[in-house]
Order: sequence, then C-alpha cells, then structure tokens
Amino acid sequence: MLDFTLWDILSNLLLAARWTVLLSLIAFVSGGIAGLLLLVARVSPVPPLRVAARLFIEVFQGTPLLMQLFIVFFALPLIGIETSAWTSAAVGLTLFTAAYLAEIWRGCVEAVPKGQWEASASLAMTFPEQMRHVILPQALRIAVPPTVGFSVQVVKGTAVTSIIGFVEVTKAGTMITNATFQPFLVYGLVGLIYFALCYPLSLSAKALERKLNVAR
Amino acid sequence: MAYSFDFSSLLDYTPVLVDGVATTVGLTAVSTVLGVALGIGGAAARTSTVKPLAIVVGAYVELIRNTPFLVQLFFIFFGLPSLGIRLAEWQAAVLAMVINLGAYSTEIIRAGIEATPKGQIEAGASLGMTGPQIFRYVVLGPALGKIWPALTSQIVIVMLGSSVCSQIAAEELSFAANFIQSRNFRPFEAYFLATALYLALAVALRWAFSLIGRRMFAKGVARA
Repeated sequence: MLDFTLWDILSNLLLAARWTVLLSLIAFVSGGIAGLLLLVARVSPVPPLRVAARLFIEVFQGTPLLMQLFIVFFALPLIGIETSAWTSAAVGLTLFTAAYLAEIWRGCVEAVPKGQWEASASLAMTFPEQMRHVILPQALRIAVPPTVGFSVQVVKGTAVTSIIGFVEVTKAGTMITNATFQPFLVYGLVGLIYFALCYPLSLSAKALERKLNVAR
Repeated sequence: MAYSFDFSSLLDYTPVLVDGVATTVGLTAVSTVLGVALGIGGAAARTSTVKPLAIVVGAYVELIRNTPFLVQLFFIFFGLPSLGIRLAEWQAAVLAMVINLGAYSTEIIRAGIEATPKGQIEAGASLGMTGPQIFRYVVLGPALGKIWPALTSQIVIVMLGSSVCSQIAAEELSFAANFIQSRNFRPFEAYFLATALYLALAVALRWAFSLIGRRMFAKGVARA
C-alpha cells in the first residue's frame, strides 16, 4: 500500500482549496451584481417588480442550498443548457448569494432616513437618480460590515457544492480519506483550511462594524 | 427535445416523503431544544467573570462559525470513530446540529444579555439575589425576548442545513428525494417537490416561533 505523508495530504488539500477560493470569488462578485439588481427591484416604486423580488428572496432564503444546487443541476439541461458541476455550482451559489445580499442591503436602504427620500423627490429626482445619488451612497457605508460578514457564509456554502460533484476542498478531503483511511486527520485539516479562510473575514467584519459605530 | 414533466410518479413514494419530512422535523426539534440550551449555557459562560471559561467558549464559537456544517458533520461521523466514538447516522446528525446551533445561539443570546440595562442587575443584587438568580430571573427572559427573531432565523437555517445530513445517510427529506430519483429517474421532479416541502417547513417554523414568542414574552418580541 502507498504511504501518504502529512505533506502529501496537506498539499493536495491546499491545491483543491484554490477552487474553493475561486468559486467563492465568482459567487460573491456575480451574486453581488445580481443582488444589487434584486435590491433595486425590491425597493422600486413598481409593485410587480417589488413582489417578484420579494418572492425570489423568500424562496431562496426558505430552501436549502443543497436543494437549490440540485435543481439548477437538473433543470439547466431541461432547458437545453449543457451543464457541469462547475457551472451548476457557480449559478446556484450566485442565486443564493444574490438573495441574501439583497435582503441585507434592503435593511441598509431602509436605515436611510425617510427625509432623504422626500428631500430628493422634492428636487424632482427620478427613482434611479434618487438611488444613485442619494440613497445608495449612504446605504453603502453601513452595508460594508454585514456584507463582509456574509462572505463567510459564501465560503462555507461552497462546501455544499462538493455534493453535486464539484471538486473543492471538502470533496478533495473525501477523496483523500478514501485513499488514506485517515478521516480524523483529513477532515480536521479541511476544517482548519476553512477556518483559515473564514476567520480573517469574520474578524474584519467585526472591526469594520466597530469602526462604523465609533463614526456615528 | 422537449421534456415532459411528470409529478404523478411521485405519488407512489408518498410514505417515503412523509418519513423524510418527519425525520427532518424530528432532527430539527431535538437539536433546537438541546442547541438553544447549549447556547444559553454558552452565553452565560461567555459573559461570566471567569475568564478561562469565557475564552474556551469563545474559541468554540469561532471555530464552529468559521467552518462549514458539512465538514463538522463529516468530522463527527467519519473522524470520531478513530477515537473510539462510533455514532449512528441520526446521532451524528443531531450532535452536529446541536454543536452548530449551540455556537450560533451562544453569540445571539449573548447579544441579548449584553443589552440588559445595568440598573436591572443592580436592582437584582440589591434584593439579595445571587449571580445565578439574577441571570435566571432578571436577565435571561428579556434577553431571549429581544433576540427571538434572530434566534428563529438561525433555527430555520439549521433546519435547512440539515439537508446535507443525507450525505451520511441520515434518512431525512433530501435523502428521501435522492432515494426517489434513484428509483423513478425523475430527479428534477423529486428535488422540486422536496424543495417545496422545505419551503413549507421554513414558513411553518417561522410562524410557530412567532406564536411561541408572543406567548412567552408578554411584553412582546422585538420586531424583525
């Protein structure tokens, strides 16, 4: 039987962690863009848009990420799109991230005093102008800490994509366990890798929040 | 190629789905009770004046909150047997969920505790109450009332997160969906139905908790 040194295991896990990081970045960036559109729809003066955005958010916050991934994985081929674990994972996580970010940001938009809406409306600004020049700049400031905090959930969410066959650090851990029969060590290391990725994000979210509270 | 949906073939598997829903509800119920209890203990320890205790609990909270539930589950189910701790699927699932919810609810409840006005604690002390008595009769109730919506959200997240327990063959709702699609080869329909059931469970859970909250905290729960 082959022997695996600790370094063999760790180096392979770290190589797989690249994909965890890359998928997290893709999901966070594209989810952020989609989330912004969703947010605008959610607070827009057009009722059907508001309802649709609200429904989207409710559904994605009320169902498991695993089910969302499975549905994307099995639904895309039904509408004629060839899919891989990669695309399904990216699409699924993007939708998941968009829903949560839109809801977080809605809270920030609502924290902007109502007088700001009224003042900008009395200057004959249209809704897009109000959002662009008055509301979003103020909401953005308070949105930073919770957004950074949520990025931790995105990184942890990528672990679930291992179930639809995307090879990131959790899946790599399972594969290495099957070869080495050392689940305690391997999953322990996998956990530490996630911790190394997430803890700095958690800390900076906390620091940003403290800074914001001091400024106010 | 047009795909024709066929949800009727799922009817044959109604008992499997009912079992799956029941297991998900059961797992969630048990781990909610134990997890929130752990969270209350953890929050008490974290706000206590005994420094080493506060540090140990703090480390536990950070470790759990910064690693994925799936990895925690795998570590418990596949990793612990090498220490001689062998758990059945459902035991591992419950343990993982309790440990996970315990960490999050420690943080949530701690926030509620720290929002207690100082005067109330002093008032309790001036009535001759001991520390634990003040915690039990003065601090805890209003603290839980304040953070009830946040706690509800976290319990919903844990319930939804329990879907990955199918990976260690705990026979909950997503396991049922997986089982069905491996028999009738209609994965989209099976997962779609399971997703709808999860959504219904999440809505029901929120509703039940707001009802409990209104009953338990007469002065009303902070609004979400």
